[in-house]
Amino acid sequence: MIPDNFEYHKPNSITGAISLLSEWGDDARVIAGGHSLIPVMKQRLTDISHLIDLKDIEELKGISISNGIVKIGAMTTQHELIQSEELAKTVPLIREASLQIADPQVRYLGTLGGNVANGDPANDMPGLMQTLNASYELKGPDGTRNVDAREFYEAAYFTAREDEEILSSISFAVPNGGYAYEKQKRKIGDYATAAAGVLIEVENNICKTASIALTNLSDTPVFCQNAVKILIGNKLDEPTIQEAVTACVDASEPVADVRGPVEFKKYVAGIIVRKAITNALARA
Amino acid sequence: MNETIPPKEERMTALNGLGSSRKRVEDARFTQGKGNYVDDIKLSGMLFGDFVRSPYAHARVKSINTEAALAVPGVHAVITAADLEPLKLHWMPTLAGDVQMVLADGKVLFQGQEVAFVVADNRYAADDGIKAVEVEYEELPVIVDPFKAELEGAPVLREDIADKKEGAHGPRRHPNHIFTWESGDRDATESVIAEADVVAEEMIYYHRTHPCPLETCGSVASMDKVNGKLTVWGTFQAPHAVRTVASLISGIAEHNIRIISPDIGGGFGNKVGVYPGYICSIVASIVTGAPVKWIEDRMDNLMATAFARDYWMQGKISATKDGKITGLWCHTTADHGAFDACADPTKFPAGFMNICTGSYDIPTAFLTVDGIYTNKAPGGVAYRCSFRVTEAAYFIERMIEVLAIKLGMDSAELRVKNFIRKEQFPYQSALGWEYDSGDYHTAWEKALTAVNYTKLRQEQAERIEAFHRGETRKLIGIGLSHFTEIVGAGPVKNCDILGLGMFDSCEIRIHPTGSAIARLGTISQGQGHATTFAQILASEIGIPAEDITLEEGDTDTAPYGLGTYGSRSTPVAGAATAMAGRKIRAKAQMIAAYLLEVHDNDLEWDVDRFVVKGAPERFKTMKEIAFASYSQAIPGVEPGLEAVSYYDPPNMTFPFGAYICVMEVDVDTGTTEIRQVFALDDCGTRINPMIIEGQVHGGLTEALAIAMGQELAYDELGNVITGTLMDFFIPTAWETPNYQTDYTETPSPHHPIGAKGVGESPNVGGVPAFSNAVHDAFKSFGLTQSHMPHDHWRVWKIADRLGLHD
Repeated sequence: MIPDNFEYHKPNSITGAISLLSEWGDDARVIAGGHSLIPVMKQRLTDISHLIDLKDIEELKGISISNGIVKIGAMTTQHELIQSEELAKTVPLIREASLQIADPQVRYLGTLGGNVANGDPANDMPGLMQTLNASYELKGPDGTRNVDAREFYEAAYFTAREDEEILSSISFAVPNGGYAYEKQKRKIGDYATAAAGVLIEVENNICKTASIALTNLSDTPVFCQNAVKILIGNKLDEPTIQEAVTACVDASEPVADVRGPVEFKKYVAGIIVRKAITNALARA
Repeated sequence: MNETIPPKEERMTALNGLGSSRKRVEDARFTQGKGNYVDDIKLSGMLFGDFVRSPYAHARVKSINTEAALAVPGVHAVITAADLEPLKLHWMPTLAGDVQMVLADGKVLFQGQEVAFVVADNRYAADDGIKAVEVEYEELPVIVDPFKAELEGAPVLREDIADKKEGAHGPRRHPNHIFTWESGDRDATESVIAEADVVAEEMIYYHRTHPCPLETCGSVASMDKVNGKLTVWGTFQAPHAVRTVASLISGIAEHNIRIISPDIGGGFGNKVGVYPGYICSIVASIVTGAPVKWIEDRMDNLMATAFARDYWMQGKISATKDGKITGLWCHTTADHGAFDACADPTKFPAGFMNICTGSYDIPTAFLTVDGIYTNKAPGGVAYRCSFRVTEAAYFIERMIEVLAIKLGMDSAELRVKNFIRKEQFPYQSALGWEYDSGDYHTAWEKALTAVNYTKLRQEQAERIEAFHRGETRKLIGIGLSHFTEIVGAGPVKNCDILGLGMFDSCEIRIHPTGSAIARLGTISQGQGHATTFAQILASEIGIPAEDITLEEGDTDTAPYGLGTYGSRSTPVAGAATAMAGRKIRAKAQMIAAYLLEVHDNDLEWDVDRFVVKGAPERFKTMKEIAFASYSQAIPGVEPGLEAVSYYDPPNMTFPFGAYICVMEVDVDTGTTEIRQVFALDDCGTRINPMIIEGQVHGGLTEALAIAMGQELAYDELGNVITGTLMDFFIPTAWETPNYQTDYTETPSPHHPIGAKGVGESPNVGGVPAFSNAVHDAFKSFGLTQSHMPHDHWRVWKIADRLGLHD
C-alpha cells in the first residue's frame, strides 16, 4: 500500500497544468481530490511518474449562477456544493445528491470535476450531470471545447477527454419543476447499489419536460432516453410511470458484484427509479 | 485513633471499588491520541520489513529471484524459506498442533500467503523491494468449498503431511481432513431422534468473517547482540505464551527473551495467534543486527491473519408434541483454511462447540466436528467470543426457531418450556459441562416484558395483513435470543495451550505510603483492565482504586499468565487479583494486630481498615498498616507488603443473557431498519456497570456487522473479494442502532467475587438476535432458514424465492 516514486507538481494556472500534461504525456495525471487515484497508486495498479495537483489553481474553483446558468469550477468540493446556500436554493437537487456521496470526510476533499472526469460508473455526479444535461468545459493545448455530459462517457474510465485536456468547469441551465436523487447503498461511504436522478416539469397535469439518469447500473451513467419520451407530453398516471420505470430498467446493464446479482440490481433499479420519479413528481 | 471515622458508605464510595461506574483511567490517553501502540515504537537504526504475498490461492513456487530487489536503494535483505530452513524456522508450530509455513516452502496455499520478507530502511523502500522480487508460480487447482475437499480427484493441499494418518487430534481419513472431534452419546441421541414425535432438521451456516481490529497486527524485534537479549514489542493477546513459544522455536533461552505488548488497538481474537511477521521481524533483526518493524496494512490483515467462524452446522433437534426437547444432534464441517491455526485449548480442537445445547435442558445430545483444509487463510479464532461459542449459540438459537416452526409453537414459549430451571444449577449438560449458575426464566420474562412481546406479535400480525392487502412492502421481524456463554478458560486439568495451563496471575506490591501496583498475566486491548482490576483490588484491600497502578504485558515484569481472550480476564486474572488481595489483607491483619496489641482474631475488616471487635475507636487503616510494614520490626512477620496469586479456576463461568431485536424489513430493496435492540446480560457480580454497558454496545455492534453484512468472501479461484473496508462491513455510527440494556445478577458460586465475564456475551447473543429477526419477518411466508450475512441482496433473495415479488 505504498505508491511508487513520482514527481509532484503544483501549478497555479490552467495553462501551467496543461503544459505539464503536454510535457509528460502518458506519464502524467492530474489529481483533484484524489479519492480514486490515490488508492490505485497505493496498490501500484497504475504507473504515474508525474502527479499534477490542481489544488492551487484558482480559476478552477467557485460557483456562479447568472442568467439561469449555473457554472461550477471543477475543483469545487462536494462539501462546498452542499454549503452553497445559493445553489441549494436554485438547484436543490445538487445538495440532495451530494449529501448521499460517501461521508463528510470524503466530501471535504472530493471535487465535482474529479468525480465527473474519472469516468468511474460508480460515481454519483456523472449520472446527476446527465440528469441536469450539463456541459463539461475541457481545456487543452489546442484551446477550449465543450462536451455534453450525456456524450462524455464511453466506457468505464474511458471518456471523451483527451489525455492532455483538463476538465475545467461544469455548466447547466437551472432546471424547473420537481427533482429527486435516490440512492440505495449498503452503508455510509459506499457506492450505489442503484441510484437515479430525476427532473420533472408538469404543466396542466401534463409532463412538460423530464430527465432521468442512473448511477452504477452500467459501465457508464445511463441517460434514460426512452423513459423520458414516455413521460413527456403525457399525464403522469400509474401506467405511464410504470412504463417509464420499465424503460429505465431495460436501459440498465448492471454486472454482478459483492452488492448482488444482476436480477437483484435490476429489481432495485426499478424501485429506486420509481421512488425518484414519485418524489420528483410530488415536488413538481 | 481518636478522629471521627467517616461513615461506612462514605468510605466505600471513596474506594471506587466493585459496582462503581468509575471512569476509565485509560481514556485520557486514548482519547487524546497519546496511546503507545506497536507502530509508535521507534528505535534508533530501526529497519522496516514487509512481505511479498502470493496472488494465488494455490500454486507451486517454481523460483524466487531476489537479485533485483536487493539492488533497490535502501533494501538490506530479502528473506525466503530457503534462508530460514537452516535455522529450522521456515515452518512454525500453530496453536492447534499443526505446522504452518513461515514463508512459502515450495508452494503457496492461500491468497496473501507470505512468500518473502523484504527488509529495508523504511516502508517505502521495502515496498519498492517487494515489487522487484520475481516469483514464478505454477497455478494449481483450488479448493474453496470444504465439502469438495475429500471428493475423488481433489488436489492434496498439504503435501507435507499427505501421508500422515494421525494428526494432533486423532486419525485423519483423507489428506485434506484435519480431525474429527466427538462429544456426547451418539447411539442414545440417534435413537431418541428416531423415536421422537417431532424432529426438525436444518443446515445452519455461520459464514467466514474476520475480527478486523482497528489496529492491525505488527511487531518490532530488537536483538541486542552484546547481551544476547531479544526484545519484541508486538500485538500479542498472550505475551507470556509468545515468549515461551519463541524460546522453544528459536532456541534462545526464555530469560533472554522479553515480550512486550504495549497498548493494543483491539484484538477480538485476531491477535492471539503467532504470525509469520513476528518470526520474520525477529530473524531479520538477528540477521541485520538492527531493530526491525513489521506492520500489516488493512488488506494484509483481512487476507492473511486469523479469520473467524466458517462452520457448516447440520442439525437435528427432537421434541415431544407439546414441545419438550428430547435430543440434539449436530455435525459440523469446519473450514480451517490451509493450516490448522485455530486458537483453542489443546484438548478442544473445535473449542467449546459442545456448549451447543445452549440454555436448554436437553437430556441427550451428540456433536461431531470435522476439520477440513481448504485454500483459505488459516485462523479460526474466537472473534469476540469464547472458543467457538458464538457458533454454538447461533446454531442452537436457530435450531430452536426451526423447531418452533415445525411445532407450530411460539418460539419464546418453546424457550420457556425448555430452559434449565434455576434449581437445576449447578447443571450437568449432556455434552459434559457443569453450568455454574443461572436464572434464565427471570431474565427472559424481564426481556419479554421490556419489549412488550405480546403487543409486538400483534403488531406483526397486523402488518402481515396490511402487506397482503397491498398497503405496505415492509414486514416486521422479532428476533429472539437467549444465550449461555462458557468463558474463563480455564481449569488447568482440561485447558492448556501448547501444554501451558490456562491459569492466570496477579502480583501486588503495596508501597509504604499506602498506594499500590498490581501486575497481571493478562493484557488489555481496550477492555479497561487498568480501571476494573483496580476496582476489584480496592474492594479487597481498602485502598482507593485511584491509588492502584495496573501493569500488564511486559514479560520481564508481569507474572506469567495466558493472556486476554475468550472473556477469561475477569474470571481467571480477576480471581487471581482478588486472591492476591486477600493474601495482602491476611498479612495486614497480622500487622494490625501487632500494632493494636490484640490477637489476630480480635480484629474485623471494615472497608479500609482493621477494627478491634467491640472497640470501634481502635483501628488501623490500610495506609497505616502499609507504612508500618516498611518501618517497623514486627516479630514473626517479614517486612514489606506484597503478594502473588496464581489462580487455577475450578470451573468455567457461564454468563447468559436475553436479547431481542425488532426489525423492519423491506421486501423490495432487501434493506433492513432496526427499530429496537434490548439486551439483558447476566455476568454475575458487576464490577463496573459503565464498562459493562460499553462492552455490550461494542459487542452488539460487531454482532450487527456479522449478521447483517460482514463477510470474508472468496471467489471460486480463492481470491478474497471483500479485502478492503469498502466491502468488508464495519458499521459506523450511522448504521448503529440505539441499544437498550438491562441486567440481572446471578453470581458465579466458584469465583472469589462471583464475576463471570461480559466482553463477549453481546457478540454471542447478538448475532442470533439480529439473524432471527430477519428470519422471523419471513416466517409466516414459509421461510425456515437462510444463511447470513443478511445483506440487501440476500434478504431480497429470500423475498424473491418466497414469491413476494410476483
